[in-house]
Amino acid sequence: MKMASNWDRLRAWFLLPAWIWMAALFAAPFVIVVFYSLLTRGAYGGLGLPWTLENYQRFADPLYLGILLRSFVMAASTTAICLLLGFPLALFISRAGSRKNIYLQLVILPFWTSFLVRLYAWLFLLRDTGLINTALQSLGLIHDPLPLLYNDGAVLLGLVYGYLPFMVLPVYATLERLDPALVEAAADLGAKPWSTLLHVILPLSAPGIRAGGILVFIPALGAYLTPDLLGGGRTVMIGNLVQNQFTTARDWPFGSAISVGLMALVGALVLLMLRRERETLL
Amino acid sequence: MELILELRELVKHFPDHRAVDGISLEIPRGGFYSLLGPSGCGKTTTLRLIAGFEQPTSGDVLLGGAVVNGRKPYQRNVSTVFQNYALFPHLTVEGNIAFGLKRRNVSDSSRRVREALELVRLAGKEKRYPAQLSGGERQRVALARSLVLQPDVLLLDEPLAALDPKLRKQMRLELKEMQRRVGITFLLVTHDQEEALSMSDRLAVMNAGRIEQVGTPQDVYLCPRSRFVAGFLGAVNWIDGVGLRPEVTRISRTLPSNGTRFRPATVTGSVFLGNCVHVLARLVTGEEAVAEVPRHLGTFQEGDSVHVFWNPADEMMFQ
Repeated sequence: MKMASNWDRLRAWFLLPAWIWMAALFAAPFVIVVFYSLLTRGAYGGLGLPWTLENYQRFADPLYLGILLRSFVMAASTTAICLLLGFPLALFISRAGSRKNIYLQLVILPFWTSFLVRLYAWLFLLRDTGLINTALQSLGLIHDPLPLLYNDGAVLLGLVYGYLPFMVLPVYATLERLDPALVEAAADLGAKPWSTLLHVILPLSAPGIRAGGILVFIPALGAYLTPDLLGGGRTVMIGNLVQNQFTTARDWPFGSAISVGLMALVGALVLLMLRRERETLL
Repeated sequence: MELILELRELVKHFPDHRAVDGISLEIPRGGFYSLLGPSGCGKTTTLRLIAGFEQPTSGDVLLGGAVVNGRKPYQRNVSTVFQNYALFPHLTVEGNIAFGLKRRNVSDSSRRVREALELVRLAGKEKRYPAQLSGGERQRVALARSLVLQPDVLLLDEPLAALDPKLRKQMRLELKEMQRRVGITFLLVTHDQEEALSMSDRLAVMNAGRIEQVGTPQDVYLCPRSRFVAGFLGAVNWIDGVGLRPEVTRISRTLPSNGTRFRPATVTGSVFLGNCVHVLARLVTGEEAVAEVPRHLGTFQEGDSVHVFWNPADEMMFQ
């Protein structure tokens, strides 16, 4: 009994740094943001009384709802494309034998460079005088440069590029654990490779797909750097809207309200997903 | 007799070893056959070659008279019961059994699933998931999942190894009985000689990628063709180059009767096994022997001077 309480105390001590970290850098800012969202914008952009829910009501404006919808569509498309590209890649890596580790290193290699730098690299590739357009022009394949940059496609490309590893890694982890005998059993029972993929491999990698989906969808929904740089301000996503309220518009309460709303929405979505996961486990 | 399965000079070499080193085997339709051998003898690889999970280096696999070498597992009418059953964890008992039927677009799938469930006595558990079943039940699902497809040959890869010993003995009888009932050819792979002897109509003893002997359980146990087969199927006393099973090796304090061969010996110990006693003795020639003695024949003490004797007809001889 005494042992157990000692262990409990030790565990509490070990967890303390994490608790402090979470309290100072997650809980406190969150409370502050909620606080701000209930205040009124001051005459010169500061914060002031009275308390109000008006900031949340403003959210119902079709303009903002449109941006929210756009962001959802972009994030969902990003997730779908990441799954489409990431699943075959993860499957390939999980069956690569002794080469597995090399491929995994390649997947996480981009993280060695700052995301900002990598986005600038895309700028250099995609702009009118960029590598792709100059190359195609000098080959005589095109006359005028292709509009590769500053549109939805460029943003989607950037998002998929940035978040693909977050899909590949969890899907790989579930595929790696998949018993190879199950794949053999499926073939043995008459399933062709495509059928085995559909009826055995895919359903059994659902937890990884779900985790990857959450890991890609959430940051993609809140992304602001990618749409800002590759969308050229034309592709406004919810992240840019929030950023805008805190910078140019100087409307911190509204910016805070959007943030809180977004968090609530994402939180609800994740809870829904996790509940589904529990159900499928039963 | 119609051959359902035939192996001709089958060879499978892996980069680092020769798993199967030229085996030929003929299996007629509708019986219980076993491949028996120690681990690493190539028996599982042989099974995988038949199922189509591996391609032979040379030689042929014939099913129903046709060479099937290049065919994928899903193009062969054989089915495997895997060692750990390999049930699909995301499908129910019913879903697992229906899996193969659905892939083949069988029309009366639900009726056949129901029949298979009854065959393995799992009716009422069709909605359970594999994780909710006992080891024995999982094995029956694996059996049903394969049998429902009415394969030409049912391949069983150490199907009893994952069960506890008591259940294992019971399942031997059940498997044997099931084979009789469905009439499908069973080919079992095992390293357990008792299992192979008790279930098989015929068995092939394998060693180091080759078949040492094929025969009925009586043939291989009573007339083993090699020392390896003799030793693998049961205990052997080696006396003057002939082999004797402990149950035909006798021991006595008095001089044995005419017509028997005997050697003077000294008792070195005894092991009480419940239904019988194993008496250990050292012959004057220095060889060790074990005699299986019924309990009522009295006890032997260490140091007792005895005669080890046997009937010459029980001797196993090898070249």
